[in-house]
Order: sequence, then C-alpha cells, then structure tokens
Amino acid sequence: MDTMMKNVDLVIVGGGPAGMSAAVAAYESGVKNLLILERDSHLGGILQQCIHNGFGLHRFGEELTGPEYAWRYEKLVHEYNIPYLTDTMVLDISPDRVVTATNSERGVFTIAAKAVILAMGCRERSRGALNIAGSRPAGIYSAGTAQKYVNLKGYMPGRNVVILGSGDIGLIMARRMTLEGAKVHAVCELMPYSGGLARNIEQCLHDFGIPLKLSHTVVEIHGRERLEGVTIAKVDERRRPIAETREYIPCDTLLLSVGLIPENELSKTAGVPLDRVTNGALVDQDRQTEVEGIFACGNVLHVHDLVDFVSEEAEIAGKSAAAYIQGQSAEALDIPLSVDGRVRYTVPQRITQKKDVTVFFRVADVYRDVTLKVLDGDRVVLRKKKPKMAPGEMESVTLKPEQLDGAAGLRFELEVG
Amino acid sequence: MYDIAVIGAGVVGGMIARALSAYRLRVCILEKGHDVAVGASCANSAIVHAGFDAHEGSLKAKLNVRGSELMAGVCEELGVKYKNNGSLVIGFGEEDRETVESLRRRGEANGVKGLKVIDQAELRRLEPNISENAVCALWAPTGAIVCPYELTIAAVGNAMDNGAELKLDFRVSGIEKIPGGYRVYGAEGTGAAAGQNAAGADADGTVAACAENGAVLETRYIINAAGVHADEIARMVGDDSFSIHPRRGEYVLLDKECGGLVSHTIFRTPTKMGKGILVTPTVDGNLLTGPTSVDMQDKEDKATTAEGLARVMSEAQENVRGIPFGKSITSFCGLRAVGSTGDFIINRFGEGFFNVAGIESPGLSSAPAIAEYVLSLLREAGVALEPKADYNPRRPAMHAFREATIEEKNRIIRENPAYGRVICRCETVTEGEILAAIRTNPRPRDLDGVKRRTRAQMGRCQGGFCSPYIVELLAEELHIPYEAVTKFGGGSVVNVGRTKEA
Repeated sequence: MDTMMKNVDLVIVGGGPAGMSAAVAAYESGVKNLLILERDSHLGGILQQCIHNGFGLHRFGEELTGPEYAWRYEKLVHEYNIPYLTDTMVLDISPDRVVTATNSERGVFTIAAKAVILAMGCRERSRGALNIAGSRPAGIYSAGTAQKYVNLKGYMPGRNVVILGSGDIGLIMARRMTLEGAKVHAVCELMPYSGGLARNIEQCLHDFGIPLKLSHTVVEIHGRERLEGVTIAKVDERRRPIAETREYIPCDTLLLSVGLIPENELSKTAGVPLDRVTNGALVDQDRQTEVEGIFACGNVLHVHDLVDFVSEEAEIAGKSAAAYIQGQSAEALDIPLSVDGRVRYTVPQRITQKKDVTVFFRVADVYRDVTLKVLDGDRVVLRKKKPKMAPGEMESVTLKPEQLDGAAGLRFELEVG
Repeated sequence: MYDIAVIGAGVVGGMIARALSAYRLRVCILEKGHDVAVGASCANSAIVHAGFDAHEGSLKAKLNVRGSELMAGVCEELGVKYKNNGSLVIGFGEEDRETVESLRRRGEANGVKGLKVIDQAELRRLEPNISENAVCALWAPTGAIVCPYELTIAAVGNAMDNGAELKLDFRVSGIEKIPGGYRVYGAEGTGAAAGQNAAGADADGTVAACAENGAVLETRYIINAAGVHADEIARMVGDDSFSIHPRRGEYVLLDKECGGLVSHTIFRTPTKMGKGILVTPTVDGNLLTGPTSVDMQDKEDKATTAEGLARVMSEAQENVRGIPFGKSITSFCGLRAVGSTGDFIINRFGEGFFNVAGIESPGLSSAPAIAEYVLSLLREAGVALEPKADYNPRRPAMHAFREATIEEKNRIIRENPAYGRVICRCETVTEGEILAAIRTNPRPRDLDGVKRRTRAQMGRCQGGFCSPYIVELLAEELHIPYEAVTKFGGGSVVNVGRTKEA
C-alpha cells in the first residue's frame, strides 16, 4: 500500500453530474493533472438511479434519462482520460487542501492539491429529523432509498404507498411505484404549495390520478412490524395539525420526500463557511468558497431543480479552479449580495470580478405578478418581471459588468402585485 | 439438561449470563426477540448513575453504587465504550437548593464518592450552555455514560464465547416443575420465528432461531430477567408476589454536531414526577434528551407521541440553552419495567427459580453488580460455582477499526480489502466492519442488529444511502433471498417482493 502523499493540481470530491462536468471543464481549460474521487462503485452519482426522462432539455435540447445524461459526461471523462477512483471515500479535507481518502486498494491515503472542488451532492432528510410520532416499523423510506431498491436492485419496498412531501423525488416515485403495480394513495404536502416542479406534478400525479393533498401532513405512524397505516391531518396557517381533520390511511409504505440537505460534513473539516439558508458554502461568482483554492458546485452548494443547471454551475467551478491553478486573476471587486426574505438566497453570495455574472436564487413562497429588483442602495441596477415565481423552481438573472460598476452591495428584492 | 436458563437477553440477563459463563455450568439464554438488547436495553438514557437517587438501604442504592464502581472495568474487558463524564443535578430556586443538598446527603449515605454542591459561577464554568436560571447543582464526578445495547451485545457475546448458548425467537410460554429442575416450554418469539423459518435463515443452530412450536428444554435453575414480562414468567412457577408495569420514556437524539453542547449529563432536580428530562452527550458523540415518564398498560407499545416529543424538547430547552432540535436525527421510546415493590426484586422462589425483576432505572448502572449479587444468591442456594480454567473475560472491541491509527488501518485493509470500502458514509463504517459484526457472537440477523453493532444506518441519513447495501450483505451472509431481509425480524421485511411481479 502506497502511503506516500501524492501531489495533484486539482482534486474533485464526487463523481456525479457536478463532479464530472467540473472535471471536464477544468481539463478543457488546461488542467491535466487532476483526479476525481467517487464513493460509489460507478461514476454518475444519483443520476444512475434516475431512470425516468426529462434530463437535458436545457443543456442538450433533448429529453434524456438520468443514466443517458450522466453518460454524456462520463464519455468525455473517458475520452480525456481524466483519472478517477471509485469506491473511494474522502475522510477529510484540510484547509490547506490535503485530501485524505480510503479505498480497498490503497488503504487510507493523502493527496496534496493546489485546488479542490467540492461536489458531494446532497442527502434526503429522514423521518427522524421530522419527529413524526408513532411506532417504528419497517416500511418507511426516503423516496431516494425506495428509488434505489426499485430501479437499481429490482425490489419492491411496498405495494400500498403514502408519500409525505412533494419534492421532485417523491413525485417521480409516485409515478414509478404506480408503474410497478403499487397503489399510491396520496401525496401529502405540509405547505400550501408543492416544492416540486410543475411539470412533475402534471406528469407524475395528475396523469395517474394520484391526489396531492396540500397543507396536509402525517401525524402518526401505525404498525409494529411492517407499517400498517398512517394518520394524516390538515394543518393550519401555522402548520399545526387540525385534530378534527385526522384521517387514517391503511398502507404498507411511507415514502418521505421532505427536503434535501447538502452534504457539507467534509466542507466543515476544511473550515469552509456555510450559508445558513442554502446549507452550502458561501461562494463568489467563480464558485470559490471563502477558503482559498476550494470551490463548490452542484447540490452540495445549493439544491438544484434541474441537473442542467448543475452542469452549468460545475463548468464555472471547473474553469475557475483551472484559472486559479494557472495563477490568472482578474480585476478585483468586493460586492456582497443580500436578499429581502422573499428572495430566500442567492448563489453566488459575493461578486469579486467584473464580468457577466449569472445569479441563481429561490423565492420563499408562491408569488404572482412579481418584479425582481436588484438594488445598489436606492439605485435600481436591474428589474425583471415574471407572472409567477415558486419555491420549487430555481430562478436566475444575469448581471452585466457595467451593472457592477461602483456597486457597494447588491440587494435582491421581490415586488409582488 | 441445562444447569441454568436465563430468560431475557437484555443488559441484566446478558451480564448475569456472562458472570455464569466463568463457571463450569451449562448455561442458556432464552430471548423472545429476533436479537439481543431489543427491550429496555436498546432504548434508555445510557447513563451510569452515580447512585444518589435511590433511598438509603434499598437494593437499588446498594447495587447502583457498586455497579457504578464496576462499570469501567467491565467495559474495558468487553471492549465497550465508556466515558466518565460526571453528572450535574441542576437547581433553579431556593427550594431546589434544599433538594440538591438532600441528594448530596443521601448520595453520601449510599457511599457515592466525590459529591459536591456547586454554585452558579462554577456551574457556568463547567457548562457554559446551562440555563441562566440554574443557580446551583450537585456535581457527581463518578457519573458516566455507556452505550447500553453495545454493553448487552458484548456481554452476551462474551458469555457465548465462553460456552453459553443463546436461543433467539424463544418466547417462554410455560414452565413446569420437574424433579431437580424445570421444564421450559417455548413458543415462537415476537412473531419473528415464522418469518425467519420461511426465509430458511437457520444457518447456525447455536445462534439462530430454534424455537419451533413446542420447543422444550430442561434446566436445573432459572433466572428470570424478562424485563417488563418478568411478572408473567414468575406466575408460571406460581410466584405472584409482584407485578410489573411498563413506563414509557420518549427520547430525541441529535446529530453529532450537537454532541459538544454539554459535556456532563444534566439532570433537573427531581420532583414527585420523577427525574425529569435530562440532556447528555452519548459515548458516540450525539446529544440525547429525554425521557418522558408515562405509565402504560401495553408492554409492547413503543410508539412515540406528539405530546411526549414536544415535552422532551421544551423541558430540555429549560435546562440547556440553544439545543438545535432541527438537527434531530431520530426519536424513540423505551419501556421501563417498573416493579410493584418500589425496589429491585431480586430473590429466590422455590428451589431454583430466581427473580431479577423490576429493574428500572438505575438498572443499566447496576447491571454488573446485579450479576455479582445473583451469583451470591446462587451460591447460597447451593449451586456449585467451579471456575472454568479457560474462561476469557475479554472480548475484542466492536469499534476497534474505527479507532485504529492510519498505519494500523492500512495493515488491516491490506489483509482484508473490505475494510477499505466505506458502506455507511455518515458514520464511516466499512464493509469489513459490517461483515465482522455479522460473523461475531451474538450474530445479528437484521438491519437493526447490524445498526446496533456497527453504527451503520445510525447517522444523520438514517440508512438512506447504505441500507440497500447492508440488506445485500445480510442476504449473502445468511443465505436468504434479498427480499427476506428484515428490519428487526418477524414481519418487518424491508422489501415485499421483486419488481415486475404485480
């Protein structure tokens, strides 16, 4: 076992869609001494189990399945001979970019990198985080775990299903379980609106006659060995269950699609400061974190709605990491971005270079007839009108270099009506 | 014929079986569950109490103080994590100050060492996040934390390594007095045996299920350590001198990120309603809050309640500031076995039947001393305790790989590459560790069993990523179909069949 420290220009942690497109972009920008570390046994990340279509409309102008979309990038990784290690778990990243990892062949090993790109993705919020009362039988899964059992392993986690949460994976699994012969009784959503994409509500619920119960939650879980049923209830404006609306639904499976959490445990070991809203790193327009030489992209930075945007963001991170390694730097600014609460967050949170900067953001509620205003003090830098903005869909605006001129800080505000 | 049958593989039964396995006795442990440590021993506060709570002169007081003294050594031998973090009983007003003083006096009478009443400044220095309203505290430096199911698994495993037999899925359904001993009838366990047999998982007769309907065994002595069911077992031999009722305790467990919020175990000054909600780090670095205390009828109802969880969270916040309950990773409920006498019920009935019942708090703390005490009762009853020459009190730590140096890890990975493959990312548990656990006494046969032994699935994603892999490892190791793997035996199957079948 070779325990000597290796030197690599760029280490990319995670070989999912973000990691692969960051690697490809860095390679195309001239960084040839790079390495992708992937904990699963194959590149592709969560796309491997997303066998439905709908990926790539923005990026490739066609509808691909998850594995097909991943293959577009994996093919390039192979063509360019970009080195990668699978079944390799990163255990630690130090602030000075020493990466410690482990696998079966090399044991525990370390790599010193000039730059690191964080592309670890996200995980699903579990039942425990919700503190739903009741028993603890088998039959309760996060939607993604069920997706893995069905799509990758070929097993049915259950046949009578209730889904809590209308995140995209939950919606996709409502359709998948139905197609596999299960009966999906209802999708309950705590909020008065869905957290998923409008097209998924149409194609995964409405097309199959699956009821979406907004402002509803699961208040109790029943069954000692295998799940036997759940009690659901409507909630009031303050999201408290209304006792009179309690309703028992017999079922053997409860799938949870109640939020995704960026997996930033490694970022913390590297001392990367996080945004309290996104739970991802604070970054500039290059997706560089506040720790020099460490970049972040994809769902570890903020949860995306479409993989197409993940690829776009990862390319920025890949190119910027290459520029950083090559010692390029542009005219330096320091413009912090802030939000009004209706706009929940922006990525990036800071602009340090004068160039075209696309700012991604999400809103806190469903708003109609909205105007996004980007303000520098009282000066309106940019205005964008839209008939509707919803929390489930990521929004973006592009700022031009001249709009950044002399700005002390940019505030993102939403005007409604 | 067995010399001794221990009924119940909780921490008490496990520690007793381990103590017995040091002698030339044929010992079996009968457990109705699909695994060991599935009753109160897998859901309690995980505290080694110092011993100031129980009344002077009670068995609880005596065995708690003795157990607390023995615990560190027992854990060292069994390779179980133990941390002497000390405990604090915090008081909020003048009335509490008196209670704190009386606890100190009682503790000293019980023989607890090092007790000290401290003022607000010192309390704040020891625990900066303590409530601002806490004005004084009893500091018990001998208080400690331990993982109760890890201790139980290790004790049973060590007993088995020394020759004791474990019969899972063996629910004692009747006991008959025969000359020189007892005949014990077993029925299927908690619904677990049926599924197990159908799955054909009876891979290892000594470990795996063997209690078909009508299983019978004979034994000279019986030790009744059946937890909440101990009164039912006692009645089978005609002892109706006590009853047991379950008392529900609900807990909320938080992410390891929060484990450093307090370093001591923080109790509220006890009231008539009990010891209140505690806040404590666990030996594995999480933060644990609970329990509630509600008397129940149903001995199997381990459901949590919305009111209970809400109470845990609000009362814990009164004791310690800034507990981030948004970082909860799970909530659970345990049932304490509350005896009708108010004290532990440890006695002999008839010639050879011993009750070890009503072992509520401080049962975990007392367990090593209970085992010692039971040995003395056996001796009094004329049981010949001849030491075994080859008795080995030690068991390799289940967490050895996790704590090894990088050089040591690399040596292990070179010998067995499975130790380089991380299966559970949240807790960094490797395939090697999971396989070793599946192959070590007492062998787990379900997802929860693997979880309790390795911590895989116990982290912040609660098995979301790794459980499909662990199901695969269990299926391979147990030679059962993938869809026959359960969460905890019986009907708790993880998958109900293959796709494309409906």
